[in-house]
Amino acid sequence: MTNENLIQYIYGIADNSLILGQRISELCGHGPTLETDIAMTNIALDLLGQTRSYYQYVAELSAKDLTEDDVAFLRTEREYKNVLLVEQPNTDFAYVIVRQYFFDVFHFMLLKELENSKNVNFQAIAKKSLKEVSYHKRFSGDWLKRLGDGTEESKAKAQQAVNDLWVYTDELFQMTDNDILIAEAGYGVDTNPLKSAYYNEITALIKGSTLDIPETPYFQKGGKQGIHTEHMGFILSDMQYMQRTYPDMKW
Amino acid sequence: MNTREKMNENDEQIRSLEEIFEAKIARDEKIEPKDWMPEKYRKTHIRQISQHAHSEIVGMLPEGNWISRAPSLRRKVALLAKVQDEAGHGLYLYSACETLGISREELYDQLHSGKAKYSSIFNYPTLTWADIGAIGWLVDGAAIINQVPLCSTSFGPYARAMVRVCKEESFHQRQGYEIMMTLCNGTQEQKDMAQDALNRWWWPALMMLGPTDDESVHTAQSMKWKLKRKTNDELRQQFIDQTVPQADILGLKMPDKDLKYNNETGHYDFGEINWDEFWQVVKGHGMCNKERISARKNAWNNGEWVRDAAVAYAEKQADKEVKEAV
Repeated sequence: MTNENLIQYIYGIADNSLILGQRISELCGHGPTLETDIAMTNIALDLLGQTRSYYQYVAELSAKDLTEDDVAFLRTEREYKNVLLVEQPNTDFAYVIVRQYFFDVFHFMLLKELENSKNVNFQAIAKKSLKEVSYHKRFSGDWLKRLGDGTEESKAKAQQAVNDLWVYTDELFQMTDNDILIAEAGYGVDTNPLKSAYYNEITALIKGSTLDIPETPYFQKGGKQGIHTEHMGFILSDMQYMQRTYPDMKW
Repeated sequence: MNTREKMNENDEQIRSLEEIFEAKIARDEKIEPKDWMPEKYRKTHIRQISQHAHSEIVGMLPEGNWISRAPSLRRKVALLAKVQDEAGHGLYLYSACETLGISREELYDQLHSGKAKYSSIFNYPTLTWADIGAIGWLVDGAAIINQVPLCSTSFGPYARAMVRVCKEESFHQRQGYEIMMTLCNGTQEQKDMAQDALNRWWWPALMMLGPTDDESVHTAQSMKWKLKRKTNDELRQQFIDQTVPQADILGLKMPDKDLKYNNETGHYDFGEINWDEFWQVVKGHGMCNKERISARKNAWNNGEWVRDAAVAYAEKQADKEVKEAV
């Protein structure tokens, strides 16, 4: 296991936090109430804070002279290893909540395991992040219940979001060869054993929200290999604008 | 007792209530929501506090415009936190306003219909990253000068909200100045960006302190109720005197050829403010007036089904609890 293996593993976790944090940030100032606006911004702040801890560690591990910002802003699209779920657009509040909930349940399980990693950096980041993510999960889960079992309109919108985003859930558990290597070394997490607990948990909440579980014969994947949806390029051109336009400057 | 006698008695009661009220303010005691207050006091406070709350939430938009493009992770996080603070300020100011007997929905309606105003400065566009620095430094700087005296204003909920708002605003101002400092210590391109932002934000920031004293319609009454402690012109002078040396430290030039320190008065003399521009923007003809209001309306209208869902869900849960109890 080389440092490069470890770096690639970190991208698989940290890029999720970065891209989801970026997506939620787009909503700041546009939420349905001030209270939800403040809460969603908190979630974005947590995710971006986690991202910084991971990327600072990448900068330490890297043979090149990197900063956290080089890692965040100066990679090409194929080099980002986030799952497709987190790059999906903020179509409406139902999509935002369902995307969040699908991710949060996985994220919480992953961090619970990562807390027991042999790697002390992972342990520390996981420990700190777990507190945050347990709140995220409660927030998104509670809102999914409200939307599902709210009005006819909210139920229809929530069901639509569940149907459309369900196809991105399986990828959360996809293990790349590198993931397997890191997990076998006791540094990373084998996500396979988490999968059934994940589906049990989200299925129970969706049904409890009076919504149906979609029947999907096929799941979308590709993000972990850097093959993203067409949304990703726009996220990056927005996010990387300053670093690309004014290279090598301090901000 | 005939009607006339009854009316006289009512008048007398109000007069004595008003005397108690005025005496309280004179003693620097707070007026609380349940206390008697003249109708004009209530209305003036609804107007001013809501205008302030609206400014906070409309103010989220020009800065929010740069969150997704912030140049570093540290700056992105700081800007998000800043814009979130503004949402928080909006929240406590709306809450303070609601204690005066008006709902948040009514307040939003007034904003959306154009009946209520917000600070005109937010109708200017944020064009470069340096604008985020300039807004923190100048706009938050001017806001603090306006707001610090409000920490001891007579209406209790407003005064208490302002204590917290001012603490956070002063942090934002330092953060904005630090962005400017970083740019000014950077490359020529960065310095030019900083100078350009100062050129564009300086005059609107001066206008933020309000019309000149002879045109300000509310000053006298507001001074009496401690909604104001200094006149607009005094506040503006204070802002200029404090800000010019800060620009000197940055190595930036103020976009005012008449700006000069006056040894006799101990203050800076400054050029003429373009009040036509100010009134144009107030009347809705600034570059972003329409966009700002439509962004607020969209957020509110698109969120309606979400708020309805939350209410419907809460009612269902309450029904369930009642049934379970039975």
